[in-house]
Amino acid sequence: MEGHAEAHEHVLEIPHNVHPRPDTGLYNAKLGIWLFLASEVMLFGALFSSFILIRTSAPTWPRGWEFLNVPLATANTFILIASSVTVVLAWANLRLGNLKWGRIFIGLTLVCALAFLVNKGFEYTHEFEEHRYPSTSNFLAIYFTMTGLHGLHVLGGVIVFAYFLFPGAKMWKTEPARYTNRIEVCGLYWHFVDLVWIFLFPSLYLM
Amino acid sequence: MTEQAVAEHAAPEAHEHAGVHDPNAHHSPEEIKKEIRVYLIVFGALAVLTGLTVYACYGLKMPAHIAIAIALVIACAKGFLVAGFFMHLLSEKKLIYSILGLTVFFFAVLLWGPWHHFVDMIGHK
Repeated sequence: MEGHAEAHEHVLEIPHNVHPRPDTGLYNAKLGIWLFLASEVMLFGALFSSFILIRTSAPTWPRGWEFLNVPLATANTFILIASSVTVVLAWANLRLGNLKWGRIFIGLTLVCALAFLVNKGFEYTHEFEEHRYPSTSNFLAIYFTMTGLHGLHVLGGVIVFAYFLFPGAKMWKTEPARYTNRIEVCGLYWHFVDLVWIFLFPSLYLM
Repeated sequence: MTEQAVAEHAAPEAHEHAGVHDPNAHHSPEEIKKEIRVYLIVFGALAVLTGLTVYACYGLKMPAHIAIAIALVIACAKGFLVAGFFMHLLSEKKLIYSILGLTVFFFAVLLWGPWHHFVDMIGHK
């Protein structure tokens, strides 16, 4: 009976959670996140495409820095870049078997993500106080749509990192390699969020 | 959990690919520490490039067409650093390159629309 239960458990085990598939050389989650990121490229790509179309069609277009808060957005750029580094450092430390420093760097990534959202909150509040809404102009419609969608992605990262910092970290005791892989996958998502901001920041604030 | 044990668990087939810089492969603690140095250098480069973009486009208040050119070139350089080093795209598996190749193609299709419109608009001027 016990043997039967063990066999049943073996059948239910999802393969290639940790070990790469021999044909792709990748574990499942890594292939999955890259497919997801491909769909994300199309999502943001469509918005960038619309932005270019609207901007090139407009007879006049405001320079973002004339009324947006460039110093705060620059600070946010540094924060996101720093968080990209902390997440790779978390992954590197976990690969070195150092959970303590791995979690410290995950925590720092989480703090950076929260700081980004708080700054963004200040920016939005200021825009609303100045009676600048998405309906005010094409520029502001694009600004709020793109930064809002990006902000939702940052919020998604906050939830995921908070999970892996606290309850999800229990996995380290039983499956350290799987936990390490999960942080790598979260990191890939997070770098993509950083990558989007790298193009959003100059497009909206500096051009 | 020792360093060696985690590394062995993370990629047990890695010995077959020894010698190739591959994010999916096993790396010794020394190699991982070397990677950490690279990450910190890339961080420095990204910070400098960000400062440069802001100085050129905001500090010097350049005309729009020059600001666009500068900002896009620097953003592409930063994108290359993030994708190449942090996302390890300089040394990934062929399947990921194939997925990204397809993505780039469809992304180019998305950008073709506004480009076509832009060229058309210049032709009418």
